[in-house]
Amino acid sequence: MEEKDKLARFEQIILPHLDAAYNLARWLTRNEHDAEDMVQEAYLRAFKFFSTFHGMDGRAWLLTIVRNTCYTWLHQNRAHEMTTMFDEEIHSVDTDTSNPATLAMRSADHQILTRALDELPVEFREVVVLRDLEGFSYKEIAGIANIPTGTVMSRLARARERLKNILCGHPKEKL
Amino acid sequence: MDCKNAQTLIAGYLDQELDPVRSSEIEDHLHECVACSKVYDNHQILSAALKTGSVYCNAPADLQKRIQRAVRQAAKPVSPPRWLSWSWARMAAPMAAAALVLLTLFPFLRGPSTEEILTREVVSSHVRSLMANHLADIPSSDQHTVKPWFSGKLDFSPPVQDLANQGFRLVGGRLDYLNSQPVAALVYQRDKHLINLFIWPSDKSAPAEVARVTRQGYNLIHWSRSGMNFWAVSDLEERQLEEFAQLLKNQSPPPQ
Repeated sequence: MEEKDKLARFEQIILPHLDAAYNLARWLTRNEHDAEDMVQEAYLRAFKFFSTFHGMDGRAWLLTIVRNTCYTWLHQNRAHEMTTMFDEEIHSVDTDTSNPATLAMRSADHQILTRALDELPVEFREVVVLRDLEGFSYKEIAGIANIPTGTVMSRLARARERLKNILCGHPKEKL
Repeated sequence: MDCKNAQTLIAGYLDQELDPVRSSEIEDHLHECVACSKVYDNHQILSAALKTGSVYCNAPADLQKRIQRAVRQAAKPVSPPRWLSWSWARMAAPMAAAALVLLTLFPFLRGPSTEEILTREVVSSHVRSLMANHLADIPSSDQHTVKPWFSGKLDFSPPVQDLANQGFRLVGGRLDYLNSQPVAALVYQRDKHLINLFIWPSDKSAPAEVARVTRQGYNLIHWSRSGMNFWAVSDLEERQLEEFAQLLKNQSPPPQ
């Protein structure tokens, strides 16, 4: 591929997904500044390997690279966060004492919701972001996060349950 | 259906990812189980709140321009720090013309040979991997994790061996770009010294013997075997790098 054509095609197919790339990077790094660096690095890598892109979904392809770039960075700079154990399985079914009205109110406040989402372990955070913010199918998420489809479902189940507990467990925010 | 199973499947049901059979099973369960039906309601509230996009983080306004500039810079054929991304094929004709002029005018000036160019690329890649905090895409000392990671990313499968018992610990692998093609880079460690081992398919069928060079204080050894090119580069002593190369050669399968 001629370098000029490659650049034109890249700008047409990959560049429009900048918001999705930034959104994922922001939620994985939990920091706006680092997210910008990650996105820039991911775009340069995407361009470098653009010859391996064969007409699949450009957004999913780009986010796979963004995710890998962020994880490499997390392993190098936030290793302590990566070693936090997270519980993949549902072990027991607790009685749910949460109040749906409280949950609805708190999750409607974007500051409270942002803080709660930031509290999730990164493996949970990423499936929630890819599913509920980006609207990917389980199969697409499995491809991006390099996990089986069944794991996508069980992580989402656990992630939403945790998120609910964080939101309902918080002391009442002063309004 | 027990509640433990149901609470995992609730996610799939909510996201309309279940097949019709399981979908109707979970519906039946939700009708008769108050606890699970509450979980479903709560998860639906959450999912709906997230889907409003209130916490979606849009890229800052100037980021697109910055990235566009960076990518265009990377695409430019004549930019010294980016000389790796030159398309050599496209540059071949003007370069040959320039070389001819130079050679005619100054017989003592010679353009770098292909091997010399590759040597410089290998050294640059090595230095960059250490500088840019970008040593491994897949940090793992397990050859059975690193090898499959490359499948789907490259159109060849590089041999990955763990030489920890011989004093060369596998640190991980990453994709790199050399000689105008994506290549596998394996990272090994000996004491505090890191070794980058670049592997890509060779277009020559005959195995090439080991060749050694030193550039900018780095030692390089390269050879080809079993249809693959191998380039090892490190600040390790020449003797130890030699040992590393020998181990790999002995352990790799004999050429067909």
